[in-house]
Amino acid sequence: MTPPSSTPAPSNGLAFLLKNRLYHTLSEVGDAFRLLAETIFQIFRPPLQFDLLMKQLLFIGFNSLSVVLVSGFFTGMVLGVQGYVQLKPYAVEGSVAQFVSVSVVKELGPMITAFVLSGRIGASITAELSTMKVTEQIDALEVMGTNPVKYLVVPRFLACSFMLPTLTIFSTFAGIFGGYVAVVTLFGFNGDFYILQVQQHLFIGSVFISLIKATSFGMAIAAVGCYKGFSISSAGGAEGVGTATTGSAVISLITILVLDFVLNHILFNLLGLT
Amino acid sequence: MISIRNVRKSFDEKQVLNGIDLEVPLGETLVILGRSGCGKSVLLKIIAGLLSIDGGEVWVDGTEITNLKRKQMNQIRRKIGMLFQSAALFDSMSVAENIAFMLDQHTDLSQQEMRKVVDEKLKLVDLDGVQELRPAQLSGGMRKRVGLARALAFNPEIILYDEPTTGLDPVTCNEINELIRDLNKKLQVTSVVVTHDMHSAFSVGTLMVMLHEGKKLAYGTPESMINEDNPILQQFILFGAPDQILNIDEPTLKKYTGRSTE
Repeated sequence: MTPPSSTPAPSNGLAFLLKNRLYHTLSEVGDAFRLLAETIFQIFRPPLQFDLLMKQLLFIGFNSLSVVLVSGFFTGMVLGVQGYVQLKPYAVEGSVAQFVSVSVVKELGPMITAFVLSGRIGASITAELSTMKVTEQIDALEVMGTNPVKYLVVPRFLACSFMLPTLTIFSTFAGIFGGYVAVVTLFGFNGDFYILQVQQHLFIGSVFISLIKATSFGMAIAAVGCYKGFSISSAGGAEGVGTATTGSAVISLITILVLDFVLNHILFNLLGLT
Repeated sequence: MISIRNVRKSFDEKQVLNGIDLEVPLGETLVILGRSGCGKSVLLKIIAGLLSIDGGEVWVDGTEITNLKRKQMNQIRRKIGMLFQSAALFDSMSVAENIAFMLDQHTDLSQQEMRKVVDEKLKLVDLDGVQELRPAQLSGGMRKRVGLARALAFNPEIILYDEPTTGLDPVTCNEINELIRDLNKKLQVTSVVVTHDMHSAFSVGTLMVMLHEGKKLAYGTPESMINEDNPILQQFILFGAPDQILNIDEPTLKKYTGRSTE
């Protein structure tokens, strides 16, 4: 694609700006996919450095567990309260456990976990890699014959792809438990009936959908975080690191939302899963 | 050892290098001079294979490197050590881990053998007892020394220095210059030094090149550069040259300093 000329005619300034913006956005998307393709290629090229992978698994998993549990728990509580209040006028408040568990498993569990990790881990990956870029540490890796994608991106990509579904399981359980606590303590709902309803409406297919979504979100968070970290100019300095980090968090959130819509369409509409 | 032929490089619409030709024979230390933004560091990164070029050829130890695949380029890079302007030490690792990084990645040496190499390289740069420290705990001069020790870890035949004395106090600058000179003598390596510190340039260089507006303005030994009748070069030397250079009883230099030989 030919980049737009740098000197716009005064009459078509807006058209020039739009064309320029579109050009940059498309080339960024192209670069991001190129990095993703290189990452996937490098995953299958031995050796895989397990020590680096373990470090990232611990960093992402252990450090995020508490915040994921708290977020999941309160999301479940909110769903429990809202569900009970909304269903009561129709005298179907007995279905509140079904409402909470299905919502949490299919949608909110992976979504809330992804949101938490995009802010926490995605931004941290971008900040770390972009700092390495501006301090020439990534150039140093290259000069020493180490592929930065294999050394830096692959462990983060794999760790995010694995830890997001793992954390989603914890978040989902916390959510269902949150709903239980809310409806049992606030509305005197029968706890045994809540558990029975959850068991009756929680299918392995739903869990499978949840894990597919979570894995996709994990890949997206790592890909965006790493791309934004690598794409900063070496001369960007502290301001560049800040801009890249903010950009990473925003783009991750948007990517998760778009990906969620696409996955919902494919899984529920095209493939007919329930 | 290093041969640059008609190299051109531009960023967006800005032509940074416009047909540069250079030779760095085996065992020589070439200093690249030039004003900020003239493409000195770009040229160094091209030699290290960190930047691609728009045209021309770059030969390192008999191999044309511009179209090499990563695997082949990595073989060439094993012959190259590079000291970065900011030292570029890995923050998350200790000094010892930084120095042993290349050995850890590309050899089967045991921890004990790597430790021995680390101690040996730290001794070469006159540092000891810092193995377990983190880069953040080191002073600017110490960071440069550790960066140099890391560059030496794989026994390179070529060492590239990107502004080795920038940001250091005069005493530490002098120590780093002496260190570069000593290493070049001891290890018989070929070196390329990018700097606009004239004291450093005349202290370590056996050859010099001045870049200006993307082109080679002058090339030769330090003595021949002083004799070169070129106002841009002479201004550059005079504004930053140490007294021992300015006091040389040399007519061309005096023409630009305005000092009388009488």
